[in-house]
Amino acid sequence: MKKIAIIGAGPAGIEAASILARNEFEILLFEKSANPLANLLDKAYLFPNFLPAGELVESLNRQLMHENIKLLTDKEVIRLSQENDLWKVIDKYEKSYLVDAVLITTGYTTFDASQKEELGYGIYKGVTTSIEMEKMIHYKQIFNTIGETPQRIVFLQCVGSRDEKSGNNYCSKVCCVTAVKQAIEVRKILPQTEIYIFYMDLRMWGKGFEEMYRSAQEEYDIRFVRGRISEASSTFNKKVQIKAEDTLSGRPLKMTTDLLVLMVGMEASLGTQNLGKQCHIDGKYGFIETENPHTADNKTSASQVYVAGSCKKPMSINDTINDARSAALTIINNLKD
Amino acid sequence: MNTRYWNEYQKEIADDKYFYERSCIRQTFFPGSEAAFLKMLQEELGKDIRDEINQHTCTGIGYHADIVPIETTLTIVARLFSLMTEAGYENYVPSCVTSFGIFTEMVHIMKEHPDILEQTRENLRKATGREFELPKNLVHPSDIIYKFRYELKKKMKYQLINRFTNKPLQVVEHIGCHYAKIFPEKGIGKAEFPHVLAGMIEAWGGEVIDYPERRHCCGFGFRHYLLQENRGYSIANSKKKFESMEPYEPDFIVANCPGCTMFMDKWQYVIAEMEHKTYDKDGYGIPVLTYEEMAGLLLGYDPWKLGLQLHQIQVERLLDKIGIPYNPAQKYTGVNGEILPSPEKPSVLKV
Repeated sequence: MKKIAIIGAGPAGIEAASILARNEFEILLFEKSANPLANLLDKAYLFPNFLPAGELVESLNRQLMHENIKLLTDKEVIRLSQENDLWKVIDKYEKSYLVDAVLITTGYTTFDASQKEELGYGIYKGVTTSIEMEKMIHYKQIFNTIGETPQRIVFLQCVGSRDEKSGNNYCSKVCCVTAVKQAIEVRKILPQTEIYIFYMDLRMWGKGFEEMYRSAQEEYDIRFVRGRISEASSTFNKKVQIKAEDTLSGRPLKMTTDLLVLMVGMEASLGTQNLGKQCHIDGKYGFIETENPHTADNKTSASQVYVAGSCKKPMSINDTINDARSAALTIINNLKD
Repeated sequence: MNTRYWNEYQKEIADDKYFYERSCIRQTFFPGSEAAFLKMLQEELGKDIRDEINQHTCTGIGYHADIVPIETTLTIVARLFSLMTEAGYENYVPSCVTSFGIFTEMVHIMKEHPDILEQTRENLRKATGREFELPKNLVHPSDIIYKFRYELKKKMKYQLINRFTNKPLQVVEHIGCHYAKIFPEKGIGKAEFPHVLAGMIEAWGGEVIDYPERRHCCGFGFRHYLLQENRGYSIANSKKKFESMEPYEPDFIVANCPGCTMFMDKWQYVIAEMEHKTYDKDGYGIPVLTYEEMAGLLLGYDPWKLGLQLHQIQVERLLDKIGIPYNPAQKYTGVNGEILPSPEKPSVLKV
């Protein structure tokens, strides 16, 4: 039985592990955290069908229950090296494992919003991120800085994505629809709160996204303003003052809000960057470069090193799972006797 | 919380041997500030700083008002550098924030474009027969005070503490646009959370007020006041700042730009006359100091020798809060001891 190391037990890693295990591969599934699916555990609902994230977690965890899968938590992979036709995987405890192939599913991290000092994250309590907002929605604990129900919440798109100043020129792809989804969830919890979304343009690329955007306006009274927020500051009563330009009306705009939610873009995780560099398969912005985006999007230029999910580029969860299936199929075709 | 990226970026500021360039307008508006800066460097810190007598304009206001072409500005800047080179100095310190912006921009242009550097050398040679070198270190005097703020603190007699309440004074700081907004990396703390003045205030016992319009324009904005028709725009900007800072009850404002200091001081008088509105609850207005005046006061320099009587908003109440002694009878005494006439009192602002 051939042995595959899958690095990262997120949705991509688990989905691929499950398929490969059922096709008689022995899987070593490495996870740096104490539990798999760390990025999913605090998520509330998933677009576009508002599936409770817990249901997906449960489903993925069930897939782990296979005799061919050995889950190795708290085992961050720090080095990969080639030994003849095999790969040597070395974890942070310097323990090594020999495998026939490696599938990298090390995923993403999010942009550190405090780098955009003008937006006040890490300085003003009322400025938060989409990651923190997701937790607030999940636990239904949405309060302003003094523990009251917010009268107004403002979401700002493209923080650390499509932004030359922060060095991330690429589109993070999922933030547009995430903001619309979060705004709808907030409306369900807080029917009286004014909700605004500031955007450059809304990229509703997926099935059901455009409809969700329309219903956000028509059914949920979410107000969309086309414009970037230039600065945030704290007011005397601890609210957040924002300045922007409404580019549709061509006028400057100033408003105060209880919460400013920064939709932080996806970046290559440190693990992704590290392994990418080691195998010389790192691409622009630290994401892993595939052999060919059309014909071999799960292969890399390193022999028997495959890749799936958001370590390649920003990707939604359902796309990640599909990509993992594609990677599993590629491995099966390449390695099965 | 409170992650500040300026912590990771420290500007290079030379230790000693500075060539000082005075400002065209500061000696009129705040006549004691430049002298106080030289005194602090020479007497308190024991530094070598040259106060050149053959200096002249940097063309800043004319350049930004589009009446001086860039080639002229480059050549005039080159002549000032030639004075520095001739005197054997390499660290250039222009007093005015606009000059700092001009020199930063011109040095940047000459470094990026060797052909322009060569043309400027040629222009200066033709016009004056002089040669120049670009400065090794170019900083604003507020950078130097910031660098040595703890050394100066050791010599200070007073702190930014209200002696009646024993609480830190609440201070509004405002940096000039041409200090960090043109080239953010040339300012300590960059443009969003500039730390050059905040660092002095915090080191000397005060607290910085982080009010909503902290980064908003002071109202100077060259074209906005140079053209009389635009002055309403200038004062509207200052008013926006005053209204934003008012609830925090600032004890004083400190700035590092001549325009900011003057306009935030003088427009308070104009707003009071126009709208009967003052921005401190007792009707006296908010005093506006230069950073040299702030440092000089804490070092125990005589307020009247620092030129504080030339400010529109009177400073006595601030001096009382800090506990700085002053002689009211000496307020309008000339350097030769002659008693000068007192200025007319404003109709709204209390003095």
